[in-house]
Amino acid sequence: MLAYLIRRLINAVVTLLVVTLVTFGVFFLVPKATGSDPALLYVGKQADPVAVEGIRTKLGLNDPIIVQYGKFLKGIVAGRDYSNGPDITHCSAPCLGYTFKTNQEVWPILIDALPVTISLAIGAAVLWVLMGVLFGVISALRRGSIWDRGVMTVALAGVSLPIYFTGLLALSIFVYGLKWLPNAEYTPFIDNPIKWFTGLILPWVTLAFLFAATYARLTRANMLETLGEDYIRTARAKGLRERTVIGKHGLRSGLTPLVTVFGLDVGALLGGAILTEAVFNLRGLGYWALQGIRQNDLPTILGVTLFAAFFIVIMNLIVDLLYGVIDPRVRLG
Amino acid sequence: MSIGSAAPRPYLEVKDLTIRFETDDGIVQAVSGSSFSLEKGQTLGIVGESGSGKSVTSLGVLGLHRTRSNAKVTGEIWLDNEELITATDEKVRLLRGGKMAMIFQDPLSAMHPYFTVGSQIVEAYRVHHPGLNKKTAREKAIDMLARVGIPQPERRFSDYAHQFSGGMRQRAMIAMALVNDPQLLIADEPTTALDVTVQAQILDLIRDLQEEFGSAVIMITHDLGVVAELADDVLVMYGGKIIEKGPALDVFQNPQHPYTWGLLGSMPRLDREVRDRLTPVKGTPPSLINLPDGCAFHPRCPYAGRNGNRSFTDVPVLREAGAGGEHLVACHLPAEERTKIFQQEVLPNL
Repeated sequence: MLAYLIRRLINAVVTLLVVTLVTFGVFFLVPKATGSDPALLYVGKQADPVAVEGIRTKLGLNDPIIVQYGKFLKGIVAGRDYSNGPDITHCSAPCLGYTFKTNQEVWPILIDALPVTISLAIGAAVLWVLMGVLFGVISALRRGSIWDRGVMTVALAGVSLPIYFTGLLALSIFVYGLKWLPNAEYTPFIDNPIKWFTGLILPWVTLAFLFAATYARLTRANMLETLGEDYIRTARAKGLRERTVIGKHGLRSGLTPLVTVFGLDVGALLGGAILTEAVFNLRGLGYWALQGIRQNDLPTILGVTLFAAFFIVIMNLIVDLLYGVIDPRVRLG
Repeated sequence: MSIGSAAPRPYLEVKDLTIRFETDDGIVQAVSGSSFSLEKGQTLGIVGESGSGKSVTSLGVLGLHRTRSNAKVTGEIWLDNEELITATDEKVRLLRGGKMAMIFQDPLSAMHPYFTVGSQIVEAYRVHHPGLNKKTAREKAIDMLARVGIPQPERRFSDYAHQFSGGMRQRAMIAMALVNDPQLLIADEPTTALDVTVQAQILDLIRDLQEEFGSAVIMITHDLGVVAELADDVLVMYGGKIIEKGPALDVFQNPQHPYTWGLLGSMPRLDREVRDRLTPVKGTPPSLINLPDGCAFHPRCPYAGRNGNRSFTDVPVLREAGAGGEHLVACHLPAEERTKIFQQEVLPNL
C-alpha cells in the first residue's frame, strides 16, 4: 500500500512536470515563432530599445529555452533572482514570475484567488451531488412515470443551457428583478459567513444546475442497471425490506461509478470555473485565467494552468486511492 | 379427519399459476396454468429449455414478481396452508428467505460484489431474527459456512464473493439460503456455472442438507441427469406450460411427450456407444409473445400430423398418460400410438 502510494505520488509529480514543460513550451516558444516578443508585452509597445533589452536580460529571455525552463522550475522550488546588472529583484519560492502588465508576483495573486474558486467549487459540488443523486434515484425508481420524464427533460435542458445564459437569467431575475439576493460577490468565510453564503448562492445554484443535470442522468442510468442485477434479486429473495434493497444494496453499487466522475469534475472546477466566475464577477482562478488570456499575460496563464493541472492530478490520485477502499475488487499494488 | 373437512393440503400447492408480463412488444405469456404440489422431504425437478418458464415459475412462488409493475400473476400458491398470491407484500417478504429460500444459478453475480460474503449471510439471518445481536448472527453465519463445507469459515467470513472459487461461492450461496432453516428450498440451476467435478459435490451437499433439514426442494435444471439423480417427481415445461409430469422414475423409463423424448435424445451418455452426433430437438423454442396455435410444440414435433390435425388447432390438456395415475402428459397422440412410437422409433436411438 505504501509502495503503491509512493509510486502514485512520483507519478503525479512527473505528470505535473510534463504539464509545465508543455505549457512552458507552448507559451514561450509560440510567441517566438510568431515574432512577437514577450519583453515588448512587458514594457509596452512604444518603449525604447534599451529598456526592452534590459527587460530581456532581466527576465532571461535571451537564454536558451531549456535554461529558461530550468530557471522557471527553480523559481517554483527555491525562488529566483531577476537581475539586470546591479538591479536585482528577488522572487521568493514558490515563484511563478511577474505579470507583464502590472508587474505583480503571480503566485500571491493566485493564492488570493484560490479561496474564491474553492468556495465556489465545493459549494456547488455539494449541491449538485445531492440534487443529482436524489432526482436520479427517484427517476430510476419511477421509471417511465411523469416524474421521470419531467426530471429528464429538465436535466436535458440543464445539460444544454450554457452558464452564461442560465447565470445571466438567474442574475436578472433574483438580483435585479425580485431583488431577493445581493449582487454576487465574494466575502471571505471568516469575515462574514452569512455574506459569504448569500454572495455565492446564485453562482452555486447556476453551476450546480449544469452538473446536477448530468449527475441525475448518470445516477438514473446506473441505478437502472444496478436494479437489474442478480444480486438485487438475491437481496429481495432474502426477504430484505425494499428500502434496504434499494438504499443499501442498490445505492452502494449504483453510486460507486459516480465517484470517478465527481472527483474529476471537482478537480477541473478547482482549476477555475471560467464562465461562472466571469458571469458573476468572482475573482477566482478562472477570472485570472481569463485576464491572462485577454492581456497575453504569459506568467499568469502558465500559473493558472499549473494550478489547474495540480488539482486534476491530485483529485485523480484521491479517486484512485478511494476506489481501493470502496470497490473491494480493485486491488491496490 | 372429521367429515366435511378437506384433505390436508400438500406443503406447497400451486394451482393454475399464470404469469404474464406486459412489454412494449406485447404480452409475454411466461407461465400458463401450471399446477403442481410438493411435500416436505420431497424433491421436484423442473426441466425445460431456456425460456420455458421454469425460472419464472419459481420466482413466482417466492413472490419476486411483485416488484415488477408489468407482471401479472394469477392462480393460487399455498405454502403451509397459507395462500401467497393474495397475501400482502409484507407477509410474503417475511416468508421469503425464511420459510422459503432460493439458490441462484450464478453465485458470482447473485452475490453483492461490495459486501463480504459473511455480512450478506448475517444480513439474511438478522432480517428474520429482529433484535438479534451481531455477534450471535456472525457465529451463526460462520457455523453455516462450516456446515456447507467451507474450510476456515472464520477467515472466509470476511472475504468477498470474487475471492471465492466457483464451488465455494455456490456453497456460500447455499449457506445464505439455508441460514433460516427454510422448509422450501428452490435451487435454480445450482450447478450450471460450475465445473463438472464440483457439480456432483454441490448436488450431494443439497441432498445431505435436505435430509438434515427435511425441506421440500424444487430443483430447476435443464440437465436431466441431475433430475434423475435427485428428483422424486418431475415437471417438463415447454412454452410456459407443463407438458408432462409424474414420478421421476415413470417419466424417465416411460416418457410420453415427444418433447421429453427429444430432451432425452439430446443428453450425452457415456454408457452408450459413441455416436457421431447427439440428436438435438430440431427448431427453436417458441416466442412467448406469439405462441403457436394448438400444441405449442407442434412446429418442432415430428409426429404432429399423426392424429388428424388437432395439434395445429387444439391446445392439449394434461391427461393421464395411461401407464399410471400420477403420470400426466399433454399430447394429442393416443396412448397406444405414443407407446408404439417410443418403443419402435425413439428408444432404439437413445
